[in-house]
Amino acid sequence: MEKILDVKNLNVDFSTYNGTVHAIRGVDFHLNSGETLAIVGESGSGKSVTVRTVLQLMAKNAKITQGEIRYHDEDLLKKSEKQMDDIRGNKISMIFQDPMTSLDPTMTIGKQVAEPLLIHNKVSKADALKRAEEVLRLVGIPNPKARMKDYPHQFSGGQRQRIVIAIAIVNYPEILIADEPTTALDVTVQAQIIDLLKELQQKIGTSIIFITHDLGVVAGIADRVAVMYAGKLVEYGNVDEIFYDPQHPYTWGLLDSMPTLDTDDQNRLNSIPGTPPNLLNPPKGDAFAPRNAYAMEIDEEEQPPFFKVSKTHYAATWLLHPDAPKVEPPKSIQQRFEKYQQMLGGSVK
Amino acid sequence: MADEKTPIVQVKHLKQYFNIGKANEVKAVDDISFDIYKGETFGLVGESGSGKSTTGRSIIRLYNPTSGQILFEGDDISKIKNRSPRMKQFRQQMQMIFQDPYASLNPRMKVKDIIAEGLDINNLSKNDDERTQRVEELLNMVHLNPEHMSRYPYEFSGGQRQRIGIARALAVDPQFIIADEPISALDVSIQAQVVNLLQDIQKQRNLTYMFIAHDLSMVKYISDRIAVMYSGKIVELASADEIYNNPLHPYTQSLLSAIPVPDPEVEKTRERIDFDHKKHFSDDQRLQEVQPGHFLYCSDEQAKKY
Amino acid sequence: MEQVPKIPKEKFKLLHKKDNQAQESLGTPSLTYLQDVRRRLFSNKVATVCLILLGIMVLISVFAPVVAPHNPNTQRVEYSNLPPKIGNLDIPGFNGMQNMDGKSVDAYKAVNAPKDTYYILGTDYLGRDLLSRIIYGTRLSLIVAVLATLVDLIIGLPYGIVSGWKGGKVDTFLQRIIEIVSSVPNLVVVILMMIILKPGLVSIVIAIALTDWVTMARLIRAQTFQLKEQEYILAARTLGESSTKIATKHLIPNLSSTIIIQTMFTIPNAIFFEAFLSFIGIGIPAPNASLGTLLSDGQKAFRFLPYQMWAPALILSIIMIATNLLGDGLRDAFDPQSSD
Ligand SMILES: Nc1ncnc2c1ncn2[C@@H]1O[C@H](COP(=O)(O)OP(=O)(O)OP(=O)(O)O)[C@@H](O)[C@H]1O
Ligand SMILES: Nc1ncnc2c1ncn2[C@@H]1O[C@H](COP(=O)(O)OP(=O)(O)OP(=O)(O)O)[C@@H](O)[C@H]1O
Ligand SMILES: [Mg+2]
Ligand SMILES: [Mg+2]
Repeated sequence: MEKILDVKNLNVDFSTYNGTVHAIRGVDFHLNSGETLAIVGESGSGKSVTVRTVLQLMAKNAKITQGEIRYHDEDLLKKSEKQMDDIRGNKISMIFQDPMTSLDPTMTIGKQVAEPLLIHNKVSKADALKRAEEVLRLVGIPNPKARMKDYPHQFSGGQRQRIVIAIAIVNYPEILIADEPTTALDVTVQAQIIDLLKELQQKIGTSIIFITHDLGVVAGIADRVAVMYAGKLVEYGNVDEIFYDPQHPYTWGLLDSMPTLDTDDQNRLNSIPGTPPNLLNPPKGDAFAPRNAYAMEIDEEEQPPFFKVSKTHYAATWLLHPDAPKVEPPKSIQQRFEKYQQMLGGSVK
Repeated sequence: MADEKTPIVQVKHLKQYFNIGKANEVKAVDDISFDIYKGETFGLVGESGSGKSTTGRSIIRLYNPTSGQILFEGDDISKIKNRSPRMKQFRQQMQMIFQDPYASLNPRMKVKDIIAEGLDINNLSKNDDERTQRVEELLNMVHLNPEHMSRYPYEFSGGQRQRIGIARALAVDPQFIIADEPISALDVSIQAQVVNLLQDIQKQRNLTYMFIAHDLSMVKYISDRIAVMYSGKIVELASADEIYNNPLHPYTQSLLSAIPVPDPEVEKTRERIDFDHKKHFSDDQRLQEVQPGHFLYCSDEQAKKY
Repeated sequence: MEQVPKIPKEKFKLLHKKDNQAQESLGTPSLTYLQDVRRRLFSNKVATVCLILLGIMVLISVFAPVVAPHNPNTQRVEYSNLPPKIGNLDIPGFNGMQNMDGKSVDAYKAVNAPKDTYYILGTDYLGRDLLSRIIYGTRLSLIVAVLATLVDLIIGLPYGIVSGWKGGKVDTFLQRIIEIVSSVPNLVVVILMMIILKPGLVSIVIAIALTDWVTMARLIRAQTFQLKEQEYILAARTLGESSTKIATKHLIPNLSSTIIIQTMFTIPNAIFFEAFLSFIGIGIPAPNASLGTLLSDGQKAFRFLPYQMWAPALILSIIMIATNLLGDGLRDAFDPQSSD
């Protein structure tokens, strides 16, 4: 599998009125061609900043202090603004967090979908509109030919999100970055959009980075998962490894605090106590330590490196250090471990 | 919990329309009836715009209902006047917790004054010391540090703000609380904290909740009974387990089939059920009890099948 | 990644955190919101200086009859156009010397003024003491400014709040009135007032009052529309808070930036409007002074006697800049989130 995107040691600071916010503190990840990578994490953990940095769509007060973003052997951070314009919306495109504001209310949707084509491919207007119609049909807008003349407000929320997706894929990008594209939508609409993205991936072979904080959605869409906390990755691996063999206590906490339909109503929910740290003064040790029931002295002093769990699975927790004591994860996690053993057993046979 | 089955709130043929008589008339809530029993948690789910918030706001009389009755402990409160003594009393009996932790607290008030607002309106504390003491108790109850009462809302995280909102509602010692998507805006890791808190307080104070949400797994967990709303109507109402194990309405089935589950194996085998509005609604339908305690919006003929 | 760092074994003991809910205490003093506002205002040095400057101006205006060295309207034609002079101190610019045909001449001696007669800022073409005229002029301009602000706050603010809060028919009705009022140009109103009443302070103030509150009312209405849907307002309603209390406790504090910014516009507008009226000759009638008439007079003689224009211009600028900076400071002071 080819690494289509490789982000190395990314650090991003924001200078604010109150001081410097260290929003991204050394993030490494890569995207394989044709796969879907999900980035999960709490609000403020740096998911949006990370992917915006890839496209260099950052706020004015942002500064990349270190890092490298390799896209096909070229460092995107070394590209000029003009070269980036050529990549954005063409080879790499993005669906933004707020679907309602990413459409221009004064322009028909046909024009909006055709626009990236006209900018990048220099095709004729008629051809562009034809392609726009195709793509709108692909994303499931009924009767696209007629509806291309309508304005955004004439569509429902779910349809508008489909249109946003149509704009993002009209150039058949190599990489599609979707920043919480379904958070504002109903579960039924969300399910449709996820199906749509999967279908598109099969049809046009796009690689997808999907940001969300809903682990249910992740389980449905991702091939690989990266978990973020306080501006760092804490664990990454294949989707089965993260859901059935999680190693980081934060991942445990996330999985453990979600009730499922079979959670017993009589029990209390398990929760992660406390709140995430302030990135103005990130803690010296592991940022999760203050909320971590499995914290050790070393957690407060030194940030854990990544420990290898498998060829594809790494976790940054001192619990994986050979000298660390064996701890007992929450019960629901142990059940996940068991399920994993069964699955592995099954696959051997 | 809901064994005694004494209704605390009874909604009868409630209609709440907006912009009546104009071109943009909205039938946000269109003839719904249900009872909420003392001590239970009544869940209300449905798609965006189906009228969940409007139902809640009509019951707590932020709106004047277009027609229908709302009985609170047997007493019709759907028409009481805004500044009447009955309204004043009612405002202490029923309270609301809001969705947006950022918009639900006045940014220019101190936490202490936010929580004490209900005390001040109803003169529930004799003097300043007593007021401070009450606020301290309430902050302790929602697991916040009482020392933080002289801070402003912006100094708190989403989950902490939501707890301040809960303390404000509890200050007047209500019997019934409407929680309108109280955890939707919170992170997964914080949601559980708030839900646990709500349940602990319910036990301590024998409260009744109406819990509005669109996260169905959380609603299933927290609710005793659940009503499913679709376009201003209740299409199905039953105990939480019934709704999940034996959903009868096609919309409920569609909704359930769309809940994402944090388990890749389950997701791989998921089959979604689509719901077609036109196929399933007709004029001869109404909400009727098709099995004991299980209500379905259907025609008389359809009802016979069960 | 592959290298495992060397770490002493005892560091790997579980801490068994239980009480990780506990938060640091800040120990902030327990002040009320308004006390906080005052503290934040006074911790802003620029705003404090402006407040003091404006305070001094207000004091001088209030005590103008005591403070002013001369009667502002007494004419002494023989002493016309004298340059500034302070006692018998020999400060350049304030020593009564004047440039005449390239030579420096003592202007006071030229008109045979007694040794103890001097005018700190000089005199105008009718021999009236400029300093006294400026003091009285400032007083008048400040009165206009204060009245305009009061009208904004007493009419515009409640009008906007009621219109936005009630909505529906009440709002439509109130907005029609606003449309009618604002469709009549200011100048027309003034001229009408001049015809009905006699020219002077009263008609200027009434003219400003009739038209000035409209902008404030509009802005406040628009903001109130937004604010009333905020959940904290809904929460107050479910607690049974009365509409008046909601307005004072919730709306006004959250409208304060709009109010302050609009007032910052109102004050210079009113002063300039009065100056403009006086400038075109339908404002304050002679012999009374306002900053506007002083500027207008000074401008006529600016080429030869620049001091007659400098002084009122300087005062006007100070008032403008000070109100603006104070406004900024106030806005920040009312916002708890601005760090102090
Ligand atoms: N322009 C900015 N100036 C200052 N700080 C910023 C700016 N943009 C982002 N941040 C900070 O960077 C951190 C990461 O923000 P980011 O938007 O990436 O979070 P996120 O993981 O996408 O969260 P969410 O789930 O809420 O979208 C946050 O602490 C945020 O406050
Ligand atoms: N004040 C109002 N004026 C006009 N229409 C309104 C008003 N409030 C709500 N509506 C409309 O009534 C319908 C029901 O809205 P409501 O807010 O109750 O939905 P909801 O089920 O709470 O949705 P969500 O999950 O998005 O919060 C919607 O179509 C909405 O646009
Ligand atoms: Mg984001
Ligand atoms: Mg709602």
